[in-house]
Amino acid sequence: MSGYSRDEMMTVAASRLLWDRCVCFVGIGLPSAACNLARLTHAPGIVLIYESGTIGTRPDVLPLSIGDGELAETASCVVPLPEIFSYYLQAGRVDVGFLGAAQIDRHGNLNSTVIGSYGSPATRLPGAGGATEIAAHARSTFVMLKATRRSFVERLDFRTSAGFLEGGDSRELSGATGAGPVSVITDFGVLAPDPESRELQLSALFPDATVEEARAAVGWPLGVAAEVSRIEAPSAAELATLRELHARTREAHARPVHLPA
Amino acid sequence: MTQFLSLRAAIEQHVPDGACVALEGFTHLIPFAAGHEIIRQARRALHLVRMTPDLVYDQMIGMGCATRLTFSWGGNPGVGSLHRLRDAVENGWPLPLELDEHTHAGMAAAYCAGAARLPFGTLRGYIGTDLVAANPRIRSVDCPFTGERLAAVPAINPDVTILHAQRADREGNVALHGIVGAQREAALAARVLVVTVEEVVESLPPAMNSIVLPHWVVSAVSHCPGGAYPAYAQGYYGRDNAFYQRWDSIARERDGFREWMRRHVLESRDHGGFLASLRGAA
Repeated sequence: MSGYSRDEMMTVAASRLLWDRCVCFVGIGLPSAACNLARLTHAPGIVLIYESGTIGTRPDVLPLSIGDGELAETASCVVPLPEIFSYYLQAGRVDVGFLGAAQIDRHGNLNSTVIGSYGSPATRLPGAGGATEIAAHARSTFVMLKATRRSFVERLDFRTSAGFLEGGDSRELSGATGAGPVSVITDFGVLAPDPESRELQLSALFPDATVEEARAAVGWPLGVAAEVSRIEAPSAAELATLRELHARTREAHARPVHLPA
Repeated sequence: MTQFLSLRAAIEQHVPDGACVALEGFTHLIPFAAGHEIIRQARRALHLVRMTPDLVYDQMIGMGCATRLTFSWGGNPGVGSLHRLRDAVENGWPLPLELDEHTHAGMAAAYCAGAARLPFGTLRGYIGTDLVAANPRIRSVDCPFTGERLAAVPAINPDVTILHAQRADREGNVALHGIVGAQREAALAARVLVVTVEEVVESLPPAMNSIVLPHWVVSAVSHCPGGAYPAYAQGYYGRDNAFYQRWDSIARERDGFREWMRRHVLESRDHGGFLASLRGAA
Protein backbone atom coordinates (compact mmCIF):
# COMPACT_ATOMS: atom_id res chain seq x y z
CA MET A 1 0.00 0.00 0.00
CA SER A 2 1.46 3.35 -0.96
CA GLY A 3 0.11 6.87 -0.97
CA TYR A 4 -0.56 7.68 2.64
CA SER A 5 0.54 10.61 4.78
CA ARG A 6 2.70 10.50 7.91
CA ASP A 7 -0.33 11.74 9.87
CA GLU A 8 -2.26 8.73 8.66
CA MET A 9 0.61 6.38 9.47
CA MET A 10 0.81 7.85 12.97
CA THR A 11 -2.90 7.41 13.55
CA VAL A 12 -2.86 3.83 12.25
CA ALA A 13 0.25 2.91 14.28
CA ALA A 14 -1.37 4.32 17.43
CA SER A 15 -4.65 2.55 16.81
CA ARG A 16 -2.86 -0.81 16.54
CA LEU A 17 -1.52 -0.39 20.08
CA LEU A 18 -5.06 -0.53 21.46
CA TRP A 19 -6.76 -3.83 22.12
CA ASP A 20 -10.36 -4.99 22.10
CA ARG A 21 -12.25 -4.25 25.34
CA CYS A 22 -9.53 -1.97 26.69
CA VAL A 23 -10.77 1.03 28.66
CA CYS A 24 -9.27 4.13 27.11
CA PHE A 25 -9.35 7.75 28.29
CA VAL A 26 -9.18 9.79 25.10
CA GLY A 27 -7.69 13.22 24.42
CA ILE A 28 -8.91 15.33 21.52
CA GLY A 29 -7.14 15.54 18.12
CA LEU A 30 -4.85 12.75 16.89
CA PRO A 31 -5.59 10.49 19.92
CA SER A 32 -9.33 10.73 19.26
CA ALA A 33 -8.85 9.69 15.63
CA ALA A 34 -6.60 6.76 16.62
CA CYS A 35 -8.99 5.48 19.29
CA ASN A 36 -12.01 5.63 17.00
CA LEU A 37 -10.06 3.99 14.17
CA ALA A 38 -9.25 1.12 16.56
CA ARG A 39 -12.95 0.87 17.47
CA LEU A 40 -13.95 0.75 13.79
CA THR A 41 -11.32 -1.86 12.87
CA HIS A 42 -9.78 -4.42 15.25
CA ALA A 43 -11.17 -3.31 18.64
CA PRO A 44 -14.97 -3.06 18.37
CA GLY A 45 -15.38 -3.60 22.12
CA ILE A 46 -13.03 -0.80 23.18
CA VAL A 47 -14.53 1.43 25.88
CA LEU A 48 -13.82 5.07 25.05
CA ILE A 49 -14.07 7.61 27.84
CA TYR A 50 -13.90 11.36 27.22
CA GLU A 51 -13.33 13.64 30.18
CA SER A 52 -16.72 15.26 29.70
CA GLY A 53 -18.14 12.18 31.43
CA THR A 54 -19.14 10.10 28.41
CA ILE A 55 -18.38 6.40 28.92
CA GLY A 56 -18.41 3.78 26.15
CA THR A 57 -19.10 6.36 23.47
CA ARG A 58 -19.31 5.30 19.79
CA PRO A 59 -19.36 8.53 17.78
CA ASP A 60 -20.11 8.30 14.06
CA VAL A 61 -17.95 11.39 13.46
CA LEU A 62 -14.96 12.68 15.41
CA PRO A 63 -15.97 15.28 17.96
CA LEU A 64 -14.45 18.76 17.63
CA SER A 65 -14.56 19.21 21.41
CA ILE A 66 -14.44 16.62 24.20
CA GLY A 67 -18.06 17.45 24.95
CA ASP A 68 -19.87 17.35 21.59
CA GLY A 69 -23.48 16.12 21.73
CA GLU A 70 -22.49 13.21 19.50
CA LEU A 71 -20.43 11.77 22.36
CA ALA A 72 -23.33 11.88 24.82
CA GLU A 73 -25.89 10.53 22.35
CA THR A 74 -23.77 7.47 21.50
CA ALA A 75 -22.47 6.73 25.02
CA SER A 76 -23.38 3.79 27.26
CA CYS A 77 -23.72 6.32 30.06
CA VAL A 78 -22.88 9.90 30.89
CA VAL A 79 -21.68 10.72 34.40
CA PRO A 80 -20.83 14.00 36.13
CA LEU A 81 -17.26 15.15 35.58
CA PRO A 82 -16.07 14.77 39.20
CA GLU A 83 -17.02 11.07 38.97
CA ILE A 84 -14.92 10.47 35.86
CA PHE A 85 -11.82 11.78 37.58
CA SER A 86 -12.37 10.32 41.04
CA TYR A 87 -14.37 7.09 40.69
CA TYR A 88 -12.91 5.96 37.37
CA LEU A 89 -9.49 7.49 36.70
CA GLN A 90 -8.14 7.93 40.24
CA ALA A 91 -9.66 4.59 41.28
CA GLY A 92 -7.54 2.80 38.67
CA ARG A 93 -10.35 1.85 36.27
CA VAL A 94 -8.67 3.18 33.13
CA ASP A 95 -6.29 0.95 31.13
CA VAL A 96 -4.87 3.51 28.71
CA GLY A 97 -4.63 7.28 28.82
CA PHE A 98 -4.02 8.80 25.40
CA LEU A 99 -2.38 12.23 25.49
CA GLY A 100 -0.93 14.90 23.25
CA ALA A 101 1.25 17.84 24.35
CA ALA A 102 3.34 20.74 23.03
CA GLN A 103 6.64 19.42 24.40
CA ILE A 104 8.04 16.11 25.61
CA ASP A 105 11.43 15.35 27.17
CA ARG A 106 13.58 12.23 27.19
CA HIS A 107 11.72 10.79 30.18
CA GLY A 108 8.30 11.29 28.63
CA ASN A 109 7.35 14.26 30.81
CA LEU A 110 4.89 16.57 29.03
CA ASN A 111 4.33 20.31 28.74
CA SER A 112 0.97 21.74 27.68
CA THR A 113 1.08 24.90 29.82
CA VAL A 114 3.53 27.57 28.58
CA ILE A 115 6.46 28.22 26.27
CA GLY A 116 8.82 30.54 28.13
CA SER A 117 8.44 31.27 31.83
CA TYR A 118 5.17 30.74 33.67
CA GLY A 119 5.07 34.30 35.00
CA SER A 120 5.64 35.94 31.63
CA PRO A 121 5.16 33.35 28.90
CA ALA A 122 6.14 33.79 25.27
CA THR A 123 3.20 31.51 24.39
CA ARG A 124 0.41 30.70 26.76
CA LEU A 125 -0.87 27.17 25.97
CA PRO A 126 -4.24 25.81 27.16
CA GLY A 127 -2.89 24.09 30.29
CA ALA A 128 -3.36 20.78 32.04
CA GLY A 129 -7.04 19.94 31.72
CA GLY A 130 -7.28 16.24 32.52
CA ALA A 131 -3.72 15.42 31.46
CA THR A 132 -1.87 15.61 34.78
CA GLU A 133 -4.06 13.03 36.50
CA ILE A 134 -4.45 10.88 33.37
CA ALA A 135 -0.64 10.72 33.15
CA ALA A 136 -0.48 9.74 36.83
CA HIS A 137 -3.30 7.22 37.11
CA ALA A 138 -4.07 5.53 33.79
CA ARG A 139 -2.50 2.07 33.98
CA SER A 140 -0.37 3.07 31.04
CA THR A 141 -0.09 6.18 28.88
CA PHE A 142 0.34 6.57 25.14
CA VAL A 143 1.54 9.92 23.85
CA MET A 144 1.03 11.21 20.29
CA LEU A 145 3.13 14.13 19.17
CA LYS A 146 4.86 15.16 15.95
CA ALA A 147 8.62 15.44 16.33
CA THR A 148 10.60 18.62 15.87
CA ARG A 149 13.43 20.05 17.90
CA ARG A 150 10.90 22.45 19.39
CA SER A 151 8.60 19.66 20.58
CA PHE A 152 11.06 16.89 21.53
CA VAL A 153 13.26 18.95 23.80
CA GLU A 154 16.27 18.59 26.08
CA ARG A 155 14.46 20.59 28.74
CA LEU A 156 10.73 21.34 29.11
CA ASP A 157 9.71 24.95 29.66
CA PHE A 158 7.13 23.66 32.16
CA ARG A 159 6.30 20.17 33.36
CA THR A 160 2.52 19.81 33.19
CA SER A 161 2.28 16.03 33.41
CA ALA A 162 4.61 13.39 34.76
CA GLY A 163 6.27 10.79 32.58
CA PHE A 164 9.19 9.06 34.26
CA LEU A 165 10.19 12.33 35.97
CA GLU A 166 14.00 12.21 36.39
CA GLY A 167 14.17 8.59 35.18
CA GLY A 168 15.09 5.42 37.06
CA ASP A 169 12.60 4.76 39.85
CA SER A 170 11.65 8.42 40.40
CA ARG A 171 8.15 7.85 39.01
CA GLU A 172 7.45 4.96 41.38
CA LEU A 173 8.51 7.13 44.32
CA SER A 174 6.22 10.00 43.27
CA GLY A 175 2.89 8.40 44.12
CA ALA A 176 1.80 8.05 40.49
CA THR A 177 -0.12 4.77 40.31
CA GLY A 178 0.09 4.05 36.56
CA ALA A 179 3.04 2.70 34.59
CA GLY A 180 3.67 5.95 32.71
CA PRO A 181 4.32 6.62 29.00
CA VAL A 182 4.96 3.16 27.56
CA SER A 183 4.68 4.32 23.92
CA VAL A 184 5.29 7.66 22.24
CA ILE A 185 3.91 7.63 18.72
CA THR A 186 5.46 10.27 16.52
CA ASP A 187 5.78 10.95 12.81
CA PHE A 188 8.77 8.71 12.15
CA GLY A 189 7.88 5.81 14.44
CA VAL A 190 7.55 4.87 18.09
CA LEU A 191 9.70 5.59 21.14
CA ALA A 192 9.56 3.42 24.25
CA PRO A 193 11.30 3.72 27.62
CA ASP A 194 14.45 1.79 28.41
CA PRO A 195 13.49 -0.59 31.25
CA GLU A 196 16.24 0.66 33.58
CA SER A 197 16.94 4.32 32.85
CA ARG A 198 13.39 4.97 31.63
CA GLU A 199 14.80 7.18 28.92
CA LEU A 200 12.78 7.13 25.70
CA GLN A 201 14.54 5.42 22.85
CA LEU A 202 13.70 4.50 19.30
CA SER A 203 11.86 1.18 19.24
CA ALA A 204 10.06 1.09 15.89
CA LEU A 205 10.22 2.93 12.57
CA PHE A 206 7.61 3.63 9.90
CA PRO A 207 8.25 1.87 6.55
CA ASP A 208 9.95 4.85 4.92
CA ALA A 209 11.67 6.39 7.97
CA THR A 210 15.31 6.11 9.02
CA VAL A 211 17.28 6.21 12.27
CA GLU A 212 19.06 9.33 10.99
CA GLU A 213 15.75 11.08 10.41
CA ALA A 214 14.63 10.16 13.91
CA ARG A 215 17.85 11.46 15.47
CA ALA A 216 17.61 14.70 13.52
CA ALA A 217 14.07 15.33 14.71
CA VAL A 218 14.73 14.85 18.43
CA GLY A 219 16.30 17.50 20.62
CA TRP A 220 18.25 15.13 22.86
CA PRO A 221 20.83 12.49 21.80
CA LEU A 222 18.32 9.76 20.91
CA GLY A 223 19.18 6.24 22.02
CA VAL A 224 18.22 3.32 19.82
CA ALA A 225 16.86 0.04 21.18
CA ALA A 226 18.85 -3.16 20.52
CA GLU A 227 16.16 -4.18 18.06
CA VAL A 228 14.21 -1.61 16.09
CA SER A 229 11.12 -3.08 14.52
CA ARG A 230 9.58 -1.95 11.26
CA ILE A 231 5.94 -0.86 11.42
CA GLU A 232 3.79 -2.17 8.61
CA ALA A 233 2.24 0.35 6.26
CA PRO A 234 -1.48 1.02 6.72
CA SER A 235 -3.66 -1.65 5.17
CA ALA A 236 -6.19 -0.68 2.53
CA ALA A 237 -8.96 -1.30 5.07
CA GLU A 238 -7.33 0.86 7.76
CA LEU A 239 -6.78 3.73 5.33
CA ALA A 240 -10.27 3.55 3.90
CA THR A 241 -11.85 3.47 7.37
CA LEU A 242 -9.76 6.42 8.56
CA ARG A 243 -10.44 8.50 5.45
CA GLU A 244 -14.16 7.83 5.61
CA LEU A 245 -14.15 8.85 9.27
CA HIS A 246 -12.39 12.13 8.45
CA ALA A 247 -14.70 12.79 5.49
CA ARG A 248 -17.81 12.23 7.63
CA THR A 249 -16.31 14.49 10.29
CA ARG A 250 -15.54 17.34 7.89
CA GLU A 251 -19.00 17.17 6.46
CA ALA A 252 -20.66 17.13 9.89
CA HIS A 253 -18.63 20.04 11.28
CA ALA A 254 -19.38 22.21 8.26
CA ARG A 255 -23.12 21.54 8.44
CA PRO A 256 -24.91 24.76 9.40
CA VAL A 257 -26.54 24.72 12.82
CA HIS A 258 -30.08 25.93 12.91
CA LEU A 259 -29.95 28.96 15.20
CA PRO A 260 -32.40 28.67 18.05
CA ALA A 261 -35.51 30.79 17.50
CA MET B 1 -38.45 31.69 46.80
CA THR B 2 -37.03 31.53 43.29
CA GLN B 3 -37.36 34.81 41.42
CA PHE B 4 -38.39 34.75 37.76
CA LEU B 5 -36.50 37.65 36.22
CA SER B 6 -35.45 38.95 32.86
CA LEU B 7 -31.79 38.14 32.29
CA ARG B 8 -31.02 41.85 32.44
CA ALA B 9 -32.63 42.16 35.87
CA ALA B 10 -30.99 38.96 37.11
CA ILE B 11 -27.50 40.24 36.22
CA GLU B 12 -28.25 43.72 37.61
CA GLN B 13 -29.36 42.25 40.93
CA HIS B 14 -26.91 39.41 41.38
CA VAL B 15 -23.61 40.21 39.66
CA PRO B 16 -21.91 43.26 41.19
CA ASP B 17 -18.47 44.57 40.19
CA GLY B 18 -15.71 42.62 41.92
CA ALA B 19 -17.79 39.47 42.41
CA CYS B 20 -16.46 35.95 42.16
CA VAL B 21 -18.58 34.48 39.37
CA ALA B 22 -18.67 30.95 37.92
CA LEU B 23 -20.42 30.45 34.59
CA GLU B 24 -20.22 26.66 34.41
CA GLY B 25 -21.13 24.15 31.73
CA PHE B 26 -18.57 21.72 30.34
CA THR B 27 -18.78 22.34 26.56
CA HIS B 28 -22.53 21.70 26.83
CA LEU B 29 -25.03 24.22 28.32
CA ILE B 30 -22.54 27.10 28.51
CA PRO B 31 -24.40 30.23 29.67
CA PHE B 32 -23.40 32.49 26.76
CA ALA B 33 -26.45 34.73 27.04
CA ALA B 34 -25.57 35.53 30.65
CA GLY B 35 -21.93 36.21 29.73
CA HIS B 36 -23.06 38.62 27.02
CA GLU B 37 -25.42 40.42 29.41
CA ILE B 38 -22.53 40.86 31.90
CA ILE B 39 -20.50 42.38 29.05
CA ARG B 40 -23.41 44.70 28.10
CA GLN B 41 -23.70 45.86 31.68
CA ALA B 42 -19.92 46.52 31.72
CA ARG B 43 -19.14 44.65 34.92
CA ARG B 44 -15.55 45.12 36.03
CA ALA B 45 -12.94 43.43 38.25
CA LEU B 46 -14.71 40.08 38.27
CA HIS B 47 -12.99 36.96 39.51
CA LEU B 48 -14.09 34.47 36.88
CA VAL B 49 -14.17 30.76 37.68
CA ARG B 50 -14.67 28.05 35.07
CA MET B 51 -12.93 24.76 34.33
CA THR B 52 -12.73 25.54 30.61
CA PRO B 53 -12.90 29.31 29.96
CA ASP B 54 -14.12 28.63 26.40
CA LEU B 55 -15.29 31.40 24.09
CA VAL B 56 -17.55 32.90 26.75
CA TYR B 57 -14.62 33.92 28.98
CA ASP B 58 -12.47 34.81 25.98
CA GLN B 59 -15.18 37.39 25.25
CA MET B 60 -15.55 38.60 28.84
CA ILE B 61 -11.78 38.85 29.36
CA GLY B 62 -11.29 40.63 26.03
CA MET B 63 -14.01 43.13 26.96
CA GLY B 64 -12.29 43.97 30.23
CA CYS B 65 -14.70 42.35 32.70
CA ALA B 66 -12.15 40.24 34.59
CA THR B 67 -9.00 40.68 36.65
CA ARG B 68 -8.67 37.14 37.97
CA LEU B 69 -9.30 33.68 36.50
CA THR B 70 -9.57 30.30 38.19
CA PHE B 71 -9.45 27.59 35.51
CA SER B 72 -8.02 24.25 34.46
CA TRP B 73 -7.94 24.26 30.62
CA GLY B 74 -7.96 27.44 28.56
CA GLY B 75 -8.21 26.61 24.87
CA ASN B 76 -10.73 26.65 22.03
CA PRO B 77 -11.57 22.92 22.05
CA GLY B 78 -10.32 21.14 18.94
CA VAL B 79 -9.37 24.48 17.33
CA GLY B 80 -6.47 26.02 19.26
CA SER B 81 -5.91 29.12 21.35
CA LEU B 82 -8.26 31.50 23.08
CA HIS B 83 -6.58 34.59 21.65
CA ARG B 84 -8.13 37.10 24.05
CA LEU B 85 -7.16 35.02 27.09
CA ARG B 86 -3.65 34.71 25.68
CA ASP B 87 -3.40 38.44 25.00
CA ALA B 88 -4.40 39.17 28.60
CA VAL B 89 -1.84 36.71 30.01
CA GLU B 90 0.98 37.42 27.58
CA ASN B 91 0.53 41.20 27.14
CA GLY B 92 -1.83 42.40 29.86
CA TRP B 93 -4.44 43.51 27.28
CA PRO B 94 -6.93 44.93 27.98
CA LEU B 95 -6.00 44.26 31.61
CA PRO B 96 -3.53 42.03 33.41
CA LEU B 97 -5.18 38.78 34.46
CA GLU B 98 -4.15 36.99 37.62
CA LEU B 99 -4.25 33.21 37.15
CA ASP B 100 -5.29 30.59 39.68
CA GLU B 101 -4.54 27.54 37.59
CA HIS B 102 -5.51 23.94 38.35
CA THR B 103 -6.08 20.58 36.72
CA HIS B 104 -9.59 19.33 35.92
CA ALA B 105 -9.42 16.78 38.73
CA GLY B 106 -8.24 19.42 41.18
CA MET B 107 -10.94 21.88 40.22
CA ALA B 108 -13.61 19.20 40.40
CA ALA B 109 -12.44 18.38 43.93
CA ALA B 110 -12.53 22.09 44.84
CA TYR B 111 -16.12 22.43 43.59
CA CYS B 112 -17.18 19.26 45.48
CA ALA B 113 -15.66 20.68 48.67
CA GLY B 114 -17.39 24.00 48.04
CA ALA B 115 -20.76 22.32 47.56
CA ALA B 116 -20.28 20.42 50.84
CA ARG B 117 -19.04 23.58 52.61
CA LEU B 118 -15.79 21.86 53.49
CA PRO B 119 -12.66 24.04 53.57
CA PHE B 120 -10.69 22.09 51.01
CA GLY B 121 -10.83 19.30 48.51
CA THR B 122 -8.37 16.45 48.42
CA LEU B 123 -7.20 14.13 45.69
CA ARG B 124 -4.33 11.96 44.61
CA GLY B 125 -3.34 14.62 42.14
CA TYR B 126 -0.89 17.24 40.88
CA ILE B 127 1.80 14.53 40.93
CA GLY B 128 5.07 15.62 39.34
CA THR B 129 3.66 18.85 37.93
CA ASP B 130 5.21 22.33 38.07
CA LEU B 131 1.71 23.69 38.76
CA VAL B 132 2.40 23.07 42.44
CA ALA B 133 5.29 25.54 42.34
CA ALA B 134 3.37 27.98 40.12
CA ASN B 135 0.23 28.13 42.27
CA PRO B 136 0.63 28.53 46.06
CA ARG B 137 -3.03 27.52 46.50
CA ILE B 138 -2.16 23.94 45.57
CA ARG B 139 -0.90 22.34 48.78
CA SER B 140 -0.81 18.94 50.43
CA VAL B 141 -2.24 17.22 53.47
CA ASP B 142 -1.23 14.02 55.26
CA CYS B 143 -3.96 11.44 55.65
CA PRO B 144 -4.58 11.07 59.40
CA PHE B 145 -5.21 7.34 58.98
CA THR B 146 -2.52 6.14 56.59
CA GLY B 147 -0.04 9.00 56.53
CA GLU B 148 -0.30 9.20 52.74
CA ARG B 149 0.42 12.64 51.38
CA LEU B 150 -2.47 13.92 49.26
CA ALA B 151 -2.96 17.09 47.25
CA ALA B 152 -5.25 19.74 48.74
CA VAL B 153 -7.02 22.60 47.02
CA PRO B 154 -9.13 25.30 48.67
CA ALA B 155 -12.88 24.94 48.23
CA ILE B 156 -14.43 27.05 45.50
CA ASN B 157 -17.43 29.03 46.76
CA PRO B 158 -18.42 31.56 44.10
CA ASP B 159 -20.50 34.58 45.08
CA VAL B 160 -22.65 33.69 42.09
CA THR B 161 -22.84 30.62 39.89
CA ILE B 162 -24.68 30.99 36.59
CA LEU B 163 -25.86 27.94 34.65
CA HIS B 164 -27.89 27.31 31.54
CA ALA B 165 -30.33 24.39 31.74
CA GLN B 166 -32.97 22.81 29.58
CA ARG B 167 -35.99 23.39 31.80
CA ALA B 168 -37.40 24.92 34.94
CA ASP B 169 -40.88 24.54 36.38
CA ARG B 170 -43.07 27.30 37.84
CA GLU B 171 -41.71 26.58 41.31
CA GLY B 172 -38.15 27.23 40.15
CA ASN B 173 -36.94 23.62 40.13
CA VAL B 174 -34.31 23.28 37.41
CA ALA B 175 -33.59 20.12 35.37
CA LEU B 176 -30.61 19.49 33.16
CA HIS B 177 -29.42 16.44 31.29
CA GLY B 178 -26.74 15.34 28.83
CA ILE B 179 -23.13 16.19 29.59
CA VAL B 180 -23.44 17.82 33.01
CA GLY B 181 -19.78 18.55 33.83
CA ALA B 182 -19.41 19.98 37.32
CA GLN B 183 -22.55 22.10 37.14
CA ARG B 184 -24.33 20.53 40.10
CA GLU B 185 -21.25 21.05 42.30
CA ALA B 186 -20.70 24.63 41.06
CA ALA B 187 -24.38 25.40 41.68
CA LEU B 188 -24.42 24.07 45.22
CA ALA B 189 -21.05 25.69 46.04
CA ALA B 190 -22.37 29.18 45.27
CA ARG B 191 -24.01 31.71 47.55
CA VAL B 192 -26.37 32.75 44.76
CA LEU B 193 -27.48 30.60 41.82
CA VAL B 194 -28.87 32.13 38.64
CA VAL B 195 -30.10 29.81 35.89
CA THR B 196 -31.14 30.61 32.33
CA VAL B 197 -33.39 27.99 30.74
CA GLU B 198 -34.62 26.97 27.34
CA GLU B 199 -38.16 26.43 28.60
CA VAL B 200 -40.32 27.08 31.61
CA VAL B 201 -42.88 24.30 32.08
CA GLU B 202 -45.81 23.80 34.46
CA SER B 203 -44.20 20.86 36.18
CA LEU B 204 -41.19 18.65 35.60
CA PRO B 205 -41.77 14.91 35.25
CA PRO B 206 -40.36 12.76 38.05
CA ALA B 207 -36.69 12.32 37.21
CA MET B 208 -34.99 9.93 39.56
CA ASN B 209 -31.19 10.15 39.28
CA SER B 210 -31.19 12.93 36.71
CA ILE B 211 -29.91 16.28 37.83
CA VAL B 212 -32.48 18.52 39.41
CA LEU B 213 -31.56 21.63 41.33
CA PRO B 214 -34.43 22.12 43.77
CA HIS B 215 -36.14 25.49 43.91
CA TRP B 216 -34.81 26.56 47.30
CA VAL B 217 -31.21 26.53 46.01
CA VAL B 218 -32.14 28.47 42.86
CA SER B 219 -32.08 32.24 43.42
CA ALA B 220 -33.32 33.31 40.00
CA VAL B 221 -34.52 31.79 36.75
CA SER B 222 -34.50 33.61 33.42
CA HIS B 223 -36.29 32.23 30.41
CA CYS B 224 -33.69 32.51 27.67
CA PRO B 225 -34.18 30.28 24.62
CA GLY B 226 -30.95 29.67 22.74
CA GLY B 227 -29.03 30.89 25.80
CA ALA B 228 -26.18 28.41 25.31
CA TYR B 229 -25.54 29.23 21.65
CA PRO B 230 -22.89 28.78 20.11
CA ALA B 231 -22.50 25.94 22.62
CA TYR B 232 -25.48 23.64 22.71
CA ALA B 233 -28.48 22.40 24.65
CA GLN B 234 -29.06 18.67 24.24
CA GLY B 235 -32.52 18.10 22.81
CA TYR B 236 -32.84 21.72 21.61
CA TYR B 237 -29.98 22.62 19.27
CA GLY B 238 -26.49 21.37 18.42
CA ARG B 239 -23.07 22.85 19.06
CA ASP B 240 -22.09 25.24 16.28
CA ASN B 241 -18.68 23.73 15.60
CA ALA B 242 -18.26 25.91 12.49
CA PHE B 243 -18.68 29.00 14.70
CA TYR B 244 -16.07 27.72 17.15
CA GLN B 245 -13.71 27.37 14.18
CA ARG B 246 -14.58 30.87 12.91
CA TRP B 247 -13.93 32.36 16.36
CA ASP B 248 -10.22 31.70 15.85
CA SER B 249 -10.04 34.43 13.19
CA ILE B 250 -12.68 36.72 14.78
CA ALA B 251 -10.73 36.91 18.05
CA ARG B 252 -7.18 36.83 16.70
CA GLU B 253 -6.76 40.62 16.42
CA ARG B 254 -7.91 43.17 18.98
CA ASP B 255 -9.71 45.44 16.54
CA GLY B 256 -11.58 42.69 14.75
CA PHE B 257 -12.63 41.22 18.07
CA ARG B 258 -13.93 44.55 19.40
CA GLU B 259 -15.78 45.26 16.20
CA TRP B 260 -17.48 41.85 16.31
CA MET B 261 -18.43 42.32 19.96
CA ARG B 262 -19.80 45.81 19.28
CA ARG B 263 -21.86 44.67 16.35
CA HIS B 264 -23.27 41.46 17.79
CA VAL B 265 -23.26 41.86 21.57
CA LEU B 266 -23.10 45.52 22.63
CA GLU B 267 -25.54 46.73 19.98
CA SER B 268 -28.03 43.93 20.50
CA ARG B 269 -30.62 44.49 23.18
CA ASP B 270 -30.68 40.96 24.50
CA HIS B 271 -29.91 37.38 23.48
CA GLY B 272 -32.74 37.33 20.96
CA GLY B 273 -31.15 40.37 19.36
CA PHE B 274 -27.74 38.67 19.38
CA LEU B 275 -29.11 35.61 17.58
CA ALA B 276 -30.98 37.82 15.10
CA SER B 277 -27.77 39.76 14.35
CA LEU B 278 -26.01 36.49 13.50
CA ARG B 279 -28.85 35.40 11.24
CA GLY B 280 -28.46 38.70 9.42
CA ALA B 281 -24.71 38.15 9.09
CA ALA B 282 -25.06 34.60 7.76
